[in-house]
Amino acid sequence: MDIHEYQAKELLAGFGVPVPRGSVAYSPDQAVYTATELGGWHWAVKAQVHSGARGKAGGVKLCKTYHEVDAAARELLGKRLVTVQTGPEGKPVQRVYVEVAEPFERELYLGIVLDRKAERVRVIASSEGGMDIEELASTAPEKIMQVVVEPAVGLQAFQARQIAFGLKLNIKQVSRAVTAIMGAYRAFRDLDATMVEINPLVVTKDDRVLALDAKMSFDDNAMFRQRAVADMRDPSQEDPREVQAAEHNLNYVGLEGDIGCIINGAGLAMATMDTIKYAGGAPANFLDVGGGASPERVANSFRLVLSDKNVKAILVNIFAGINRCDWVAQGVVQACNDIDITVPLIVRLAGTNEEEGQRIIRESGLPIISASSLTEAAKKAVEAARSHAAS
Amino acid sequence: MSILINEKTKIIVQGFTGDKGSFHAKEMIEYGTNVVGGVTPGKGGTTHLGKPVFNTVAEAVEATGAEASITFVAPAFCADAIMEAADAGLQLVCSITDGIPAQDMMRVKRYLMRYPKERRTLLVGPNCAGIISPGKAMLGIMPGHIYKQGTVGIVSRSGTLGYEAAAQMKALGIGVSTSVGIGGDPINGSSFLDHLMKFQEDPETTAVVMIGEIGGPQEAEASAWVKENMTKPVVGYVAGLTAPKGRRMGHAGAIISAAGDSAAEKSEIMRSYGLSVAPSAGELGTTVAAMMAKL
Repeated sequence: MDIHEYQAKELLAGFGVPVPRGSVAYSPDQAVYTATELGGWHWAVKAQVHSGARGKAGGVKLCKTYHEVDAAARELLGKRLVTVQTGPEGKPVQRVYVEVAEPFERELYLGIVLDRKAERVRVIASSEGGMDIEELASTAPEKIMQVVVEPAVGLQAFQARQIAFGLKLNIKQVSRAVTAIMGAYRAFRDLDATMVEINPLVVTKDDRVLALDAKMSFDDNAMFRQRAVADMRDPSQEDPREVQAAEHNLNYVGLEGDIGCIINGAGLAMATMDTIKYAGGAPANFLDVGGGASPERVANSFRLVLSDKNVKAILVNIFAGINRCDWVAQGVVQACNDIDITVPLIVRLAGTNEEEGQRIIRESGLPIISASSLTEAAKKAVEAARSHAAS
Repeated sequence: MSILINEKTKIIVQGFTGDKGSFHAKEMIEYGTNVVGGVTPGKGGTTHLGKPVFNTVAEAVEATGAEASITFVAPAFCADAIMEAADAGLQLVCSITDGIPAQDMMRVKRYLMRYPKERRTLLVGPNCAGIISPGKAMLGIMPGHIYKQGTVGIVSRSGTLGYEAAAQMKALGIGVSTSVGIGGDPINGSSFLDHLMKFQEDPETTAVVMIGEIGGPQEAEASAWVKENMTKPVVGYVAGLTAPKGRRMGHAGAIISAAGDSAAEKSEIMRSYGLSVAPSAGELGTTVAAMMAKL
């Protein structure tokens, strides 16, 4: 799960990471009022969307007067911001963050990630702030410092000092950077984050160290014990179909193709999509209907897949372990009776009670195309989608 | 022979008396698995499915001599259950549970390392379908009837894709020595490599199928080891060619976030290390058959 910059800064500040003063605003009036409350001479008005690279996309405006704050908020609010990370449709700007803009001397990078290879937390820092860290890792890896954290004891102050001295900070700055690094690590650990990125972490003329931008992502599996973080979720930043899927406890990812997929198991779902592509077609979505595929779950899956108007055929592929094919078949038949399915439907059932499931489909009298293998199912789906598109 | 489990392996079920634990324990017993009891804190001293229930894993081990466990414990409490099993000295723990926080898994892995290698618990999963040595024992939630007993090892991240492979192989008359699901989480217990090493040592296994998916470095690491050390042929497959970058595909670990994470890159790595890569998931069985014909 991702959150907005202002939320990340609020959380990080709670762990002692110094951040510039700022406040969120939902309207231009509120933005101006916020600027007067904050005081100062310059303000940054920043579009709050779940994406990086907002600056380059025009999502961050530096303002010198209240009038400019008002104009910036007017320009950003209610628009969709398109960045290199959002895709062409962009993401809606419903809030802006108004922040006191401070001049700074240096831009650094600080990141904390869950490293799958080391199976530990990794702290990454660089003196080249503001840059894309992956790009830097490939072009100038010597400019990146890394520390792997021992999970039994956590990040130690000496490790943070090593990083801070490595960033060529003076002694005053070092102690403040250590506070920021340790605070960011504790936020990562205590809030079940999977990523904290402070890019840039800036050093001011008077030796302060500040998180100028902040990004945090969290472990969905841990949200049951992080209610305050879970409440920060902003569904407006997510694909509406995925929000709808999550409400029904289904795993759905929308894609560009025209063959809707309803499959049990994430691995089989990906493999089925790949087989569709191998057969010359293109999958419209990933959908894992999950273990206990009740008729209700099957029906919800059909509704979700059909909400994508590009869909020209639907492929149901179930390999039943915990599931039973007869239950799934009943669910499919019921869904066909309840929902007006106007595209060809291909069903492949295998595993527990497969004969019984196939019999239910056959005797339903519905125009369902049966397939016995994965390859056959994919081929039939590709053909059906083509002929449906042509008709 | 087989790896990890056979008809003699003494097994206890953690979360024995819950709905899922009961359902799958019954299936495991019917398959012929040597289930010797179970653990549900607070229900010690009772009997469930004709087997004794214990309050703690340590008690269960003392009374039954259990060597392995399977966990049907809710995600919030599963890390604790795994560590309890490790502390009680079990050699093998298979965790079916989906949804364990990644930081809990990090701590679990660190905890397992506190024991010397010869008594360290091997964790399979979490978020997996389990282990089956066909005709001998089942420590998981798979449909046992789709597996034919034989000599090909299967190691897969995904449960259902592992079923797909086993069923295609059975249709072609090819059997399985042991099938292991390592699970779809970003931090899991044992890796592809851990099980390839075991298959290499198992005299009964003649070939192995390794089924990976997008995300993480384990497929590449295992393929490199195959090239250097493995004398038995390996068929590979990686799901997720059509998966977009940066999107989580169902499994918590199935996400392309770093170089080498994509299915195309992993398939290419497998090929470069000499594995026979199945062109599509529909051809897992035929690719294995072609490889077996060359043996």
